[in-house]
Amino acid sequence: MNFTLKIWRQKDAKSKGAFKEYQVKDISSDTSFLEMLDILNNDLVHAGEEPVAFDHDCREGICGMCSLHIDGHAHGPSQAVTTCQIYMRQFKDGQTITIEPWRSAAFPVIKDLVVNRGAYDEILQAGGFVSVRTNSVPDGNAIPIPQADAEESMDAAACVGCGACAATCKNGSAMLFVAARVSSLAKLPQGRVEGARRAKAMVAKMDELGFGNCTNTGACQAECPKSISIAHIARLNREFLCAKLED
Amino acid sequence: MGCFLTNSSLGRKLVMSISGCFLVLFILIHMAMNIVAVISGDAYNMICGFLGANWYALAGTAVLALGVLVHFVYAFWLTWQNRKARGNVRYAVTVTEKGVDWESKNMLLLGVIVILGLLLHLSHFWAKMMLVELMGAHEVTIGDGSVVTPTDGAAIIQYTFSQWYNVVLYLVWFAALWLHLNHGVWSMFQTAGWANDTWYPRLKCLAKIVSTLIFLGFAVVVVVFYAKSLCGCC
Repeated sequence: MNFTLKIWRQKDAKSKGAFKEYQVKDISSDTSFLEMLDILNNDLVHAGEEPVAFDHDCREGICGMCSLHIDGHAHGPSQAVTTCQIYMRQFKDGQTITIEPWRSAAFPVIKDLVVNRGAYDEILQAGGFVSVRTNSVPDGNAIPIPQADAEESMDAAACVGCGACAATCKNGSAMLFVAARVSSLAKLPQGRVEGARRAKAMVAKMDELGFGNCTNTGACQAECPKSISIAHIARLNREFLCAKLED
Repeated sequence: MGCFLTNSSLGRKLVMSISGCFLVLFILIHMAMNIVAVISGDAYNMICGFLGANWYALAGTAVLALGVLVHFVYAFWLTWQNRKARGNVRYAVTVTEKGVDWESKNMLLLGVIVILGLLLHLSHFWAKMMLVELMGAHEVTIGDGSVVTPTDGAAIIQYTFSQWYNVVLYLVWFAALWLHLNHGVWSMFQTAGWANDTWYPRLKCLAKIVSTLIFLGFAVVVVVFYAKSLCGCC
């Protein structure tokens, strides 16, 4: 398969970027999207050009390191997968593919397609600790947790913190990420204890870092590689408002 | 805690949610009063008399104006922050994500259309009714040159909707309101934290019912009075 790639090239955070077109030829349909970029970079290095910088790590959809806005979709055209899990057979032979970095004021571009997602780490840090017993391994059934709560907590905990939600949101809002973190702990007895403090601290940090206000479009859940529901945002709203009213 | 309604994103959104809820409730009451005009002009004029320049009607109008102002100011404030958060460089390729309604991404645009319609509406009715009474006058001249009392709402409706361009403008206004409420009504529950996956279909259904009821309730008055003006039966 052959493709024309329109890729955002930007030397560093301070430079002005622009799209540049590249041709990739004889790509097997079973090549993953990131492997296709590896092939392009290999060609670029052989031609003495600067390779395209992009984030990646595990390449099995669990680390949250890959990003990319491909033809208008965070993590490409497939639902519920990260960029590393998409394959060239999902595109048409001869197609032009536009590849952009995440666009959000809180995620500044570092180089080419790589953005700084440190803001999410700062929100996580603001979330603080959970009260759990250390020392010996506790009995697995010592604290009964209803199955539904455990499932909901795990659904939220599936968030890999990739930033697709804020990158997709027209308001640059990080609500789905913050909601997933708050929700996964709020549904478990171990995290419940600090629930009010955590919700307030994480929302305050999110606001401080310049993320936008959620307008309930639901675009984040549509593009989330882990299909995290905006029902967690409703829970975050509930947690935060109840915590504030208790102050 | 008093300031989380201004200095927190979730607090500011709660203000949008509550003020929006208040405005929806007002619109439902307004719609119920309008429908009276279709049934009986005299009964409608009784309501107009009741809601003239009395202290309670004026207090109600002031609270309502405050509700509109708060909803309007917060909308621009939130949108300004959102545009800043999105950054200066926009995506070259954008798509409508699966399951995302157009209106949810264009609430400010729809809100501005609603406000413009409201200004037109105030000039058509409020300025000829309550405002005239506040100025101490007891009669008002409407567009066709006839002089009526400011409590003769039925006559003012009859004249306004005998003009085809007003009919078109009001129907466009109601359509914008339909779209705005289609997202706004379920969204206010979500913002208040009162939603989950089980309730989304129910809340979205409720939003459709409320917005459609409001559209039909208002449109029927406009259409009936335009039809009456065409057949000349009154």
